Amino acid sequence: MTTTTNGAVVHDDKSRRDFLYIAAGAFGAVGAAATIWPFISQMSPSADVLAQKEIEFDLSPIAVGQIVTVKWQSKPVFIWHRTATDIKAAEAAKLADLRDPQTDQARVQKPEWLVLIGICTHLGCIPVGHEGPFEGFLCHCHGSVYDTSGRIRQGPAPANLAVPPYKFLTDTKVRIG
Amino acid sequence: MSLQTNSKIVKWIDYRLPIFTMMQHSALDYPTPKNLNYWWNFGSLAGIVLVIQIITGIVLAMHYTPHVSMAFDSIQHIMRDVNYGWLIRYIHMNGASMFFAIVYIHIFRGFYFGSYKYPRELLWWIGIIILLVMMATAFMGYVLPWGQMSFWGATVITNLFSAIPEVGNAIVTWLRGGFAVDNPTLNRFYSLHYLLPFIIVALVMAHLMALHQHGSNNPLGIDRKGPQDSIPFHPYYTVKDMFGLMVFLLIFAVLIFYFPNMLGDPANFIQANPLQTPEDIVPEWYFLPFYAILRSVPNILFIPAKLAGVICMFGSIFLLFLLPWLDTSPVRSARFRPIYRQFFWIFVIACIGLEYVGSQKPEGLPLVIGRICTAYYFLHFLVIVPLVGWFETPRPLPQSISEPVLRGGAVPAGAVREKP
Amino acid sequence: MRKYLPLAVALLTLGVIGGAAIAADDASTPPPVYTAKEPNRYSWSFQGPFGTFDRAALQRGYQVYKEVCSNCHSLNYIAFRNLADPGGPGFTEAQAAAIAATFQVTDGPNDQGQMFQRPGKISDYFPPPFANPQAAAAALGGKVPPDMSDLAKARSHEWGFPQFVFDAFTTYQEDGPDYIHAIINGYTTPPPGFPLPPGGQYNKYFPGGAIGMPQPLKDGQVKYTDGTPETLDQYGKDVAAFLMWAAEPKLDERHRLGFQVMIFLIVFTGLLYFTKKKVWHDVHHESAASS
Repeated sequence: MTTTTNGAVVHDDKSRRDFLYIAAGAFGAVGAAATIWPFISQMSPSADVLAQKEIEFDLSPIAVGQIVTVKWQSKPVFIWHRTATDIKAAEAAKLADLRDPQTDQARVQKPEWLVLIGICTHLGCIPVGHEGPFEGFLCHCHGSVYDTSGRIRQGPAPANLAVPPYKFLTDTKVRIG
Repeated sequence: MSLQTNSKIVKWIDYRLPIFTMMQHSALDYPTPKNLNYWWNFGSLAGIVLVIQIITGIVLAMHYTPHVSMAFDSIQHIMRDVNYGWLIRYIHMNGASMFFAIVYIHIFRGFYFGSYKYPRELLWWIGIIILLVMMATAFMGYVLPWGQMSFWGATVITNLFSAIPEVGNAIVTWLRGGFAVDNPTLNRFYSLHYLLPFIIVALVMAHLMALHQHGSNNPLGIDRKGPQDSIPFHPYYTVKDMFGLMVFLLIFAVLIFYFPNMLGDPANFIQANPLQTPEDIVPEWYFLPFYAILRSVPNILFIPAKLAGVICMFGSIFLLFLLPWLDTSPVRSARFRPIYRQFFWIFVIACIGLEYVGSQKPEGLPLVIGRICTAYYFLHFLVIVPLVGWFETPRPLPQSISEPVLRGGAVPAGAVREKP
Repeated sequence: MRKYLPLAVALLTLGVIGGAAIAADDASTPPPVYTAKEPNRYSWSFQGPFGTFDRAALQRGYQVYKEVCSNCHSLNYIAFRNLADPGGPGFTEAQAAAIAATFQVTDGPNDQGQMFQRPGKISDYFPPPFANPQAAAAALGGKVPPDMSDLAKARSHEWGFPQFVFDAFTTYQEDGPDYIHAIINGYTTPPPGFPLPPGGQYNKYFPGGAIGMPQPLKDGQVKYTDGTPETLDQYGKDVAAFLMWAAEPKLDERHRLGFQVMIFLIVFTGLLYFTKKKVWHDVHHESAASS
């Protein structure tokens, strides 16, 4: 900036040019970021996939003792209508015996309904129900054993079978997700 | 100028892989004629649109399914459910049209300013090959949405090859992978549509190498005499190309956001039905002149009209390979060629006429116009351009590129005529 | 003037070729084609760069579709959740779920291996009235009603010269809704001597005149709850608007984003223009002394 003889302050050429370049550059950066956003966003789940976020399931056809597998968000979900024996065995477990200590009560909303994500926490295989030394689940891939609450007891898996978010809409209808 | 940097990292990389030196030489310091006008923006613009097409295309490929029972559905999925899918699809769809518009203007710049002449013949050839690969890519891309026009356009164009005597039908069956355009056709078109743009990228690199060998032509059509005729590409043409890009994006944005379906055909919103032919089978606008030539040609001597049409249609592009030798003029730029310039404009009108005729049924007045314009197209290259080159008296050329700028006008008498 | 001699010769040659082409033209005169009447052009709320959908019109149009059109025409690419999407008819999620529940959709196979019907969920798509085109043809005497998801974009009219030139400049793109509105209002008695095929109806806006669809709507057929007149003209407008939304659900968002992009680009182009001028100043104004 220079001051002319009559005292007016004049921006010299360089700083005006620099302002122009800076303004253009800044606009360009903003434009580039705004342009990239749709290309990143398009890889996020699309509207039809998001619509599958929740499913509703009718529990009335499930007999006592039966385990049903439903698909939720492309994952298998076990819904087990537990017998009294199953529930008692689950509640009786000592926390000190558990690799991933959790009480059965913390894992269910109604004791006769056990809802679990049927993916072994070891390397992702699907365990089989009513199998294994604890009458819970047995994963055939590497021998992980789960009890009647879906908690890990033996084998290489580090954690209990996950419990998905769910809500009882009525006594016989559950919404998962 | 050798690489100028204080950065140790840049020096380390450049010593092992001289990309920075290459950039400095080819894109920054690169001497460019100082008198290029805005018709010279279209080359870089074409390159940028190629990149836009590749990026949007790869993203669309994440959501598209190339099977006849799912292709149309997957396009609906993109338009309705994929986040910003509608935007990316409209960019890709209209980007193809823009790519052709830009390339056609780029080519006509070449016609007017003699950019195809010595020593740029191979540059011109690579350009025509790029055009041919672009046309193949666009044709196959249009089949992918599997609408009525996709299917029937593919049927008509693959049928063309049956015009070849003896082996024609076998070639058509081989092309389609079946007895009609069907799933095998769609799958292979998808594969090739994904591949060809990268072939175009390689061709563009060859195109740029050829260009850099002797540098750009310029509106005066005369060679640079020395450094006073050039300016470095950066910052002059980088900033001018960026400005040109913005003007293009303005037009492109208007198209995408406000008239995204204007250049398309409504029939392609109907799923392909092999048992029902649409009213009018019309290709996209950028193919209309060639479609017009195809349908204008009648039986010639012993050659049936269908074969003659195919020969003329492909011939209209292959003819361009001969242009550097057909044009006998010692002068490049039409600025100094008063007779050639008039025929250039008639040629432009003939091409516009062909564009219109291509969209109409080949009967009545459009057929007549189509025949006149087709006749002129071939007459122009085979007869007019060679003859005008021989007999025309060009205007006197300036001494150099800088000279008219410095002295405010061309030197009248005694100017040296440019000889190849 | 002499320099124009070659040009004159060229034009004369072209004229001779043209004359010969006309004389030798062996293409037969095309058979008389019945051209459909031009649809009237209405002003739609969604036309123009700032156009948006009229929510109320979309809801009424949906009602017309649901009560009348859905008996024959599918809407395969619209899901019930779309009714609650922004830029659409503006139903709430609860309303959309309730609408879904009124439809029966096919699901399965169940544990017995059978497909079964169940009430729709919000994530389901509108179930088609017929299982497949063959079932539609069997039920409707050989006619297959087209799916309506893209219908508003799949229909246009050949306006001819010079209208199409004007349209290129004004960028008229509401062919589809104008056509749909016209068809609904276009049923009349055929002109005398018109060859109507059996089972066909005459519609003055349908190309060829003989439309397969019997007149779907009459005045007062659909009861509107918002006091809008229950006329054929209104039904035509509302269902055309609804179908335009079905074909272009992102139109509102596209116009909105477009406005933001245009403002940005205009400013940025201006900035780059001045930058370019600045950079080029010394080249454009060089003197012999400075080079």
